[in-house]
Amino acid sequence: MKIAVCVKQVPANNDAKIDPETKRIVREGSKAVVNPFDLYAIEEAVAIKEQLGGEVIVLTMGPEKAKSALIEALSMGANRAVLLSDRAFGGSDTWATSYVLAKAIEAIGGVDLILCGKQAIDGDTAQVGAGIAAKLDIQQATNVCKIERIEKDAIAVRRLNERGYDIVKLEYPALITVVKDINSPRIPKLHDARIARRAEIPIWKPEDISADPEVIGLKNSPTQVVKTAPPAPRETAALKIEGSPDAAASRLVTELLARKLIQGVHE
Amino acid sequence: MKLKDEKDRLSYKNIWVLVEFTSEGTVHSATFELLGAARKLADDSGCEVWAVSLKANRAQTSPLLISYGADTVLEIEDKRFEGFNDELECSALERLVRKYRPDILLGAATVRGRALIPRLASKLHTGLTADCTGLEIDRETGELLQTRPAFGGNIIATIRCRDFRPQMATVRPKVMKVSEPNAERTGRVISETLAADDFLKIKQIVETVAETQSTVSLGDARVIVSGGRAMKGPEGFKLLEALAERLGGAVGASRAAVDNGWIAYPHQVGQTGQTVQADVYISCGISGQIQHLVGMQSCRTIIAIDTDDTTPMMQMADIAVKGDLFEIIPEIIKELDKTGNGKGGFEA
Repeated sequence: MKIAVCVKQVPANNDAKIDPETKRIVREGSKAVVNPFDLYAIEEAVAIKEQLGGEVIVLTMGPEKAKSALIEALSMGANRAVLLSDRAFGGSDTWATSYVLAKAIEAIGGVDLILCGKQAIDGDTAQVGAGIAAKLDIQQATNVCKIERIEKDAIAVRRLNERGYDIVKLEYPALITVVKDINSPRIPKLHDARIARRAEIPIWKPEDISADPEVIGLKNSPTQVVKTAPPAPRETAALKIEGSPDAAASRLVTELLARKLIQGVHE
Repeated sequence: MKLKDEKDRLSYKNIWVLVEFTSEGTVHSATFELLGAARKLADDSGCEVWAVSLKANRAQTSPLLISYGADTVLEIEDKRFEGFNDELECSALERLVRKYRPDILLGAATVRGRALIPRLASKLHTGLTADCTGLEIDRETGELLQTRPAFGGNIIATIRCRDFRPQMATVRPKVMKVSEPNAERTGRVISETLAADDFLKIKQIVETVAETQSTVSLGDARVIVSGGRAMKGPEGFKLLEALAERLGGAVGASRAAVDNGWIAYPHQVGQTGQTVQADVYISCGISGQIQHLVGMQSCRTIIAIDTDDTTPMMQMADIAVKGDLFEIIPEIIKELDKTGNGKGGFEA
C-alpha cells in the first residue's frame, strides 16, 4: 500500500488570556507545529503501513521552515517526505493549494490512499482534502473516525455525521480526512527523531510536478481576502452571581427568562 | 470557471441555494436560513433565488421551498440520492451549474456541505469561502462579499471571488435568520434527471447508523450545556443531560472529559472537536483553555458555572455563576421545572 499524507504547519495556540476590554482571546505565541488533525492522519498511515507493508510519503506546501513539520512526520514513521516550496506557490488559496498537492501526488505516482486531517486549525476551511480528491477525480470520505476494513481493491471507513455515522466503501485510489477519534498519535522516540533530522527532504518546484503556473499562487487564486478585522467585542457588562446554590440558581433562571434566552410557560 | 470578459460575467445569473435533507428526508433547517439570506441578496441585486434539490423521495418539497423565498426550484428526484454519496451529488451539481450558470451558490456548512461543496468548487475551478457568518453584495462591483471567522474566531476575514464564477460559500448554521414563510408566493419547478456520467464514481454506502436520535446535535443546538474535568465522571454528564433536556439543548464537553472517556468524541467542543455557534452556551466547570474557547467563543450568550472565578471561561462569560456546580445545577433544574421548562422543553 502506497500512502500519501498531506500536512500543514500551523501556529500553535498557547495560553488563553482574555482581554478585559473586548472579552476576546488574546492570542499569544507563534510557535509552529504540525496541524493537530494531521497528526492523526500520519499515525493512521504509519499504522496501516506497519500492518500491511508499503510506504508512507508525507507532503506539505509551505515556506522552507515547514520542513520541521515533515521531520516530525518522519520521526513518527513516515518513509519519506516532500516539501513543496517556491515563491510561485505563495499565497495560494484552498483551490490552488489542493491543485499543487494533487499534482505532487500524481508526480509521486502509484498512490493508493491519501490521508489528510479533517481541517487545519488556522483556516478551519476543511476544503483542501475534498479539493485534492476532486482534482484527482477519486472517491472521498471526510470526518473518518475509524477504518473498518482494508481490502485488496477497497477500503471501508466509518465517517461521522451530525446524527451518528455511516460506513462507506471507497475504491483505490481514495482520499479520506480523519478526526481525532481515529487513534492516539505516537510520541516519536528520541532516536527516531535524531534520524529524521538528518533525512534528505527534496524541495519540489512547480516544474517538478508539471504545475500550470497560471493557476497557482496569490494572483491566480479564485478567492482574495479583502480585509481582516478583529471580531466585534463581546458585550462587556458581565453579570456575576454568587451566594447559596438555590439563590444563585433562582437568580440565573430569572435572568435567563428576562433576557428571553429561555421561556417560561407561565408568562 | 474563470471569467473571460464582461460578457461572460453577465452570463452568470441568480443565486442558488443547495437544499440539504435530513436522514428522515425532511428539509434541513439550515436550508431555510440560506433561503432567507439568499432572498435578501437577490432583492438587493434584482435576481432570482433558485433552490436546488437533489432528493431521494417523492415528497413534495417545492411549495415549501418557494414559501421560504425560492423563485425557482431545480430538482432531480432519484432513489440513488438516498444516503450521502459525495461523488454522485457533486457530478450532478457540476452538470447543472455548467448548464444554468448561477452567479452565486450557497450551501450549509454542515458535515455534508463541508464535504460536498469543496469538491464541487474544486471541479468547477472557482472560489469557495467556508463557514461564512455574513454575506452582502458590494454596491459598486456587484460582487458577493463573504465574511468568515478564521483562527478560531480570532480574526474576521472578508473574502471575494472577482474573476471566477459561481461565487461559492458555505454558511454556518444558526447564524442567518429564517424569514417568515409566505404560502402565497409562487414559483416554477424545473425537473432534471441524473446522467449516465454521474454514476461513474459512485461509492457503496454499507451502513448508516443514527446514534443520537433523541438528543439534539451540537451543530443544530440553540442551547449547549457543556462540561469539563470538574464533572468528575460519566455520572456528572447525566446531570448535564438532565439540564440540557429541559432546555431543549445538546450536551457538549471539553477535550479533557472526552479523553477521560466520560462522553463520546462527537460531543467535544473546541479545536480538535467541533466549532459551535449556539444562542446559549452553558459551561460547567470548564476552565477555558484556548483550544476550547476557539470552538465556542462565537456563541451569543455564554454562561459559566465554576467555583473558581479567575478562569478564562469565567472572565469571558456574560453571566458567571460562582459556586459548586453539583449543588447549583440541581437547583437550576428545580427552578426550570417551576417555570414549565421541564415539561416539554423549550418552545421557540
